[in-house]
Amino acid sequence: MRDPQLNAAGDLVHLLTLEGLPADVIRRILDTAVPFTSIAKREVKKVPLLRGKAVFNLFFENSTRTRTTFEIAAKRLSADVINLNIGASSTTKGETLLDTVDNLVAMDADMFVVRHAQSGAPHLIAAHLNRTGRTDVHVVNAGDGRHAHPTQGLLDLFTIRHYKHDFRNLTVAIVGDVLHSRVARSLIHGLTTVGTPEVRAIGPQTLMPTALQALGVRVFNDMREGLKGCDVVVMLRLQSERMRGALLPSSGEFFKHYGLTPEKLALAKPDAIVMHPGPMNRGVEIDSAVADGERSVILPQVTFGIAVRMAVLSILAGN
Amino acid sequence: MTLPDAEQMLAALADRMRGAIAWDAPFVGIHSGGAWVADRLAQMIPGEHPVGYIDVSFYRDDFNRKGLKPEVKRTELPFDVEGATIVLVDDVLYTGRSVRAAVNELFDYGRPQRIELAVLVDRGGRELPIEATYAGARLAVARDLSVVLSRTADGRLALGTEAAGGEAPAGHRDA
Repeated sequence: MRDPQLNAAGDLVHLLTLEGLPADVIRRILDTAVPFTSIAKREVKKVPLLRGKAVFNLFFENSTRTRTTFEIAAKRLSADVINLNIGASSTTKGETLLDTVDNLVAMDADMFVVRHAQSGAPHLIAAHLNRTGRTDVHVVNAGDGRHAHPTQGLLDLFTIRHYKHDFRNLTVAIVGDVLHSRVARSLIHGLTTVGTPEVRAIGPQTLMPTALQALGVRVFNDMREGLKGCDVVVMLRLQSERMRGALLPSSGEFFKHYGLTPEKLALAKPDAIVMHPGPMNRGVEIDSAVADGERSVILPQVTFGIAVRMAVLSILAGN
Repeated sequence: MTLPDAEQMLAALADRMRGAIAWDAPFVGIHSGGAWVADRLAQMIPGEHPVGYIDVSFYRDDFNRKGLKPEVKRTELPFDVEGATIVLVDDVLYTGRSVRAAVNELFDYGRPQRIELAVLVDRGGRELPIEATYAGARLAVARDLSVVLSRTADGRLALGTEAAGGEAPAGHRDA
């Protein structure tokens, strides 16, 4: 069966996951994002590309940063943005997800940016649109359950490429709660697709998914061992609200073993960069001295995220 | 059809511009062919001409029909657009749509005092009220042909034609 993200010609029509997405599609998004990075520096921070298009932000799960950066991206493309906080409206009255979508399509939506606690919800919407012949309406996954967060993965790739120029010869370590992290999953798929030779996952065994080795990822339970020789260190947020049960002793204990301190960072390469998708728990997975240090590129990630989302929205709208 | 030599047209264009343009007027080449012409003009015409480049992909009027082209380049304008007298440079002037897009983009960087247009070839066929201030040559070219500028490794320019694929804009090729 064809990947529902691509049309018969192989053009990207929905962005649901980086898993299985061809390398040239990923590269094209990264390349297209480059000219968008300079738009914020102009007198008019806008281009007319998506003028007259209606982008609906469908957030079934809260996320201030992701929603805001998608909103800024769409507005800088001159689209009209409609934010729906669905948790508080129709679904509580019993409307199904696809009924909500059909209603919004009847309001002439051109694009949906979907965040949902259930894995697969954006995929369900895209498949429904394809099935009902509305291939002119596009879906972007803004994070679904534990499954995927493709635009975060893309902005991480963009940031790595920006500072390290390409992916050949790189060693990238992803540290922390990999098990619950859709960010980690998307980044791992992206990194392997573009040919990163070594991807590592570092964390306690209880927070490592079992399928990592099959993806070509080297697993380290000892952070000091895992950081040696790394070019890029990606810290994950410890998702305490998702941890029910005894996966970890305490956040203090976690910091001792897996928190990134200046002393542990010294084990990576001298020019290693530090990334974090946010929001950060200072003193839980990252020390303030590292988060605010000169090797941190955490705030540039946020800025690049807008350009990458502009690239995704404009490629989709044109296909 | 055979086209006149691009290098001769470039020399004719530079002759028309010499003395007519301000000593410090910035040149802004439209990617890709116009950028090559702007680079060459800056070498040929006396004065201090900052060279900028503009990619009009985000301003095209055919986005809804054709989508975004695969390789969008960065717009780089290394001078202050506000109050400047700018010479916009393109390889082939045809419908005028690229020029319309470029003028719109320039205004998002500031309010220029004046914009002039220099083109290597004016092939007629305008669909908008736009004319070149300076043209290297004026040619009549059949509608089913695209005029394509290419650049050799040593920087020399050459013109050719190819079948117009649908309504594709004039293509540009790095040889």
